[in-house]
Amino acid sequence: MKFLRDLLDKQKPLFQKGGKLENFYYAFEAGETFLFSPNHTNAIKGTQVKDAVDLKRMMITVVVAMIPCLLFGIYNTGHQHFLATGQTAGLWEDFGPKALLGLQLVLPIVIVAYAAGGMVEAAFAVIRKHPINEGFLVTGMLIPLVVPATMPLWQVALATVFAVVIAKEVFGGTGMNILNVAMTARAFLYFAYPAQISGDQVWTYLGDKTAVDGFSGATALAVAYNAGVEGETVTSALASHNSELGSGLFEFANLFMGWIPGSIGETSTLMALVGAAILVATGVASWKIIVSGFAGAYLMGLVMNAFAVNEYMAMGPEYHLVMGGLAFGVVFMATDPVSASQTEIGKWIYGLLIGILTVIIRVTNPAYPEGIMLAVLFMNVFAPLIDYYVVKANKKRRLQRATV
Amino acid sequence: MSKLIKLKKGFDIKLVGKAEKQLVDFQPANTFAIKPTDFIGLQRPKVTVSEGDTIKAGTPILFDKALDKVQYVAPVSGEIVEIKRGEKRKLLEIKILADKEISYETFEKYTESTIKSVNRETAITQLTKSGVWPQLVQRPYGIVANPEDSPKAIFISGFDSHPLAADYAVTLKGEEKYFQAGIDILKKLTDGIVHLNLNGDAEVPSVFANVQNVQINKFSGPHPAGNVGVQIHHIDPINKGEIAWTINPFGVAQIGKLFLEGKYDASRVIAITGSRAKKAAYTKTIVGACVDTLVSGNLKEDEKSDIAPITRVISGNVLTGEKINQDGYLGYYHSQITLIPEGEYHEFLGWMKPTADKLSYHRALGLLSFLKPNKEFVLDSNVRGEERAFVQTGVFESVTPMDILPIYLLKAIMAEDFDEMEELGIYEVIEEDLALCEFVDVSKHPVQEIVRKGIDLIQYS
Repeated sequence: MKFLRDLLDKQKPLFQKGGKLENFYYAFEAGETFLFSPNHTNAIKGTQVKDAVDLKRMMITVVVAMIPCLLFGIYNTGHQHFLATGQTAGLWEDFGPKALLGLQLVLPIVIVAYAAGGMVEAAFAVIRKHPINEGFLVTGMLIPLVVPATMPLWQVALATVFAVVIAKEVFGGTGMNILNVAMTARAFLYFAYPAQISGDQVWTYLGDKTAVDGFSGATALAVAYNAGVEGETVTSALASHNSELGSGLFEFANLFMGWIPGSIGETSTLMALVGAAILVATGVASWKIIVSGFAGAYLMGLVMNAFAVNEYMAMGPEYHLVMGGLAFGVVFMATDPVSASQTEIGKWIYGLLIGILTVIIRVTNPAYPEGIMLAVLFMNVFAPLIDYYVVKANKKRRLQRATV
Repeated sequence: MSKLIKLKKGFDIKLVGKAEKQLVDFQPANTFAIKPTDFIGLQRPKVTVSEGDTIKAGTPILFDKALDKVQYVAPVSGEIVEIKRGEKRKLLEIKILADKEISYETFEKYTESTIKSVNRETAITQLTKSGVWPQLVQRPYGIVANPEDSPKAIFISGFDSHPLAADYAVTLKGEEKYFQAGIDILKKLTDGIVHLNLNGDAEVPSVFANVQNVQINKFSGPHPAGNVGVQIHHIDPINKGEIAWTINPFGVAQIGKLFLEGKYDASRVIAITGSRAKKAAYTKTIVGACVDTLVSGNLKEDEKSDIAPITRVISGNVLTGEKINQDGYLGYYHSQITLIPEGEYHEFLGWMKPTADKLSYHRALGLLSFLKPNKEFVLDSNVRGEERAFVQTGVFESVTPMDILPIYLLKAIMAEDFDEMEELGIYEVIEEDLALCEFVDVSKHPVQEIVRKGIDLIQYS
């Protein structure tokens, strides 16, 4: 490692003030601090020692927590293709080809998201003269996980650029943003290119093969919604869906495991929970948001049951937790510390409302089968208001103490 | 009647280099210095001596033009050798070359029975003129107290919960008489209560065991349970417009000595601590002493490790102390020096490596730290990262055992929003109360500097 260090030290004067490449200092710095933790020491006054954690470490922990979802998503992408085209029915049959196909489809999306966003980050760092922020480590991984594998790459790139610029950089970079960056990217795609991210055709990659007879690419949420409209019991609609492909595609256990069509990383509730376990164990994400998010969805499901006027409303609330992207969204999107509520009491309210809103949107809104995206963005906007009242309560306690 | 207040929030930084509970003799220091920068709120120092003057222990050498009653005096007798000024003629240090035998200025002397009849005026005159007064610190702001104020109460924290802090059971051993006399004098200064806050998790040191005339409160929990600011918050919080005074037990004993012996005795037992100390132990020295004799010769030989061979000498503890040179001087309020490795090195992929040797409050690094809850760490002065915007939330609250929202307070200070600062409790904190926030901060903000900036804004405008 010595030679790397020497190399960096040799190049450093070029980028420092007065050097030829002065303007690119922050790009250099990002590379340098990625390889080597900086040699800064603490100031004369103030804390003389510091905790070993920095923002890079925190962010990489989130990326690690997403890896189970990513790996699952890669394999599931291949598996769904083989299932839909009738090549294999068994889960672990043709493991190699499935994984390979998944990689072939998913990896380019990941690379494109990182590259497009990374370039925007670097450009802003150079122009605005601020350090490159580690937040993008996470965003660059989140965006691929919330789009279908069939997404055109240029749309992924465009959405990433849009989200990084509009949702983050215009506010001043990581830590200043109001909206969750990855959710903004998805919302952009959803409203700009709905044909590629909604409907029944996009969730499963078919390639040049044709699907088996009777195949429907609909997601569980769409099936459930239609069942509600047509007055069929949701559970039986789910059970009988795509029975040509073998039994039980949308059975509860399979929904929980996530061997179903959907966005790359969102299908598996189990993997999202593994990620949640990592995030909570390491203390990176707030367990309060995760718990209250699930609780909110479940409670709202119960409320829907109580006032059920159609079959969708009568569906068991546990189904809401395993269908669609709720688990992924609650674990990885809602817990983004910057756009979430920042007070401890606020976090309970924030999470709860995300869960509640998700179910309301799912069940009552005919235009959007999935509610988590809008729920998170909506609550991002409301988080400062929640915090405002929590902080106000704190001030009030102080004031009351003074006047007693 | 003492009540026990249990605090759960906080964090004990466990470091290598705890001082052994024994007194060790080192060669006495030759030079001493008074540093006006030690005294927060000392606005316009006016030096009353010049280079070459001979002085006694207790001779006034400077005062604050904004608070001219309070004298700052020489800790030892000898000759003024240097008046050191920095940029814009800012007064940095007044150096004294000490006599072999200390001679003292004499002050009025009392006995344990006559001390009860001292009135407030006499007490204040003696305290302000003798150099003991600056031990009294005013809340809010954490500045030297104004003798014209009448505080609503006086608070003494009877234990120091900072990392490797000196134990009063050792440093004040045998000072019971002086401590009680000090308390008796303090009683004259306030119409309210004198609170003595003790550690509920440990045995009560003998010096506090039989103290009269105080309200005893007990606190238990991790650091900052020993911080007087935290204690005030739980006993009798400071509201806008109120004034309380704080003093550390060493200062109380010093007051007692002043009245019983009639002299300004600046000697104190301090702890030499830290991972770089060869002999971590207690020693008797004098406030303002040059620490060179305690440090050089007392450093561990460099082991084979290729990093951090240089030592950082800290007057005070690792959270609130100040880096001084090896031939620097012990601060007025400090009863500890800490020797840690300097951390000026790069580490390859330092942010990513899994390791068990680094201390972190966050489980993102110390995931398995609960397996060894009492492991002591060697920490150096590396910042361990770069400054970033606030990202993580909820962590500052978890190390601040007060009903205060640190991030909102800090942001209010950064935005210079006066109303917001007031409403969020700026009057209740000084730097040390939020020092742990600075330690645990993922985004590496200079929290203590920000807090002081906020206090200055409120105080001077």
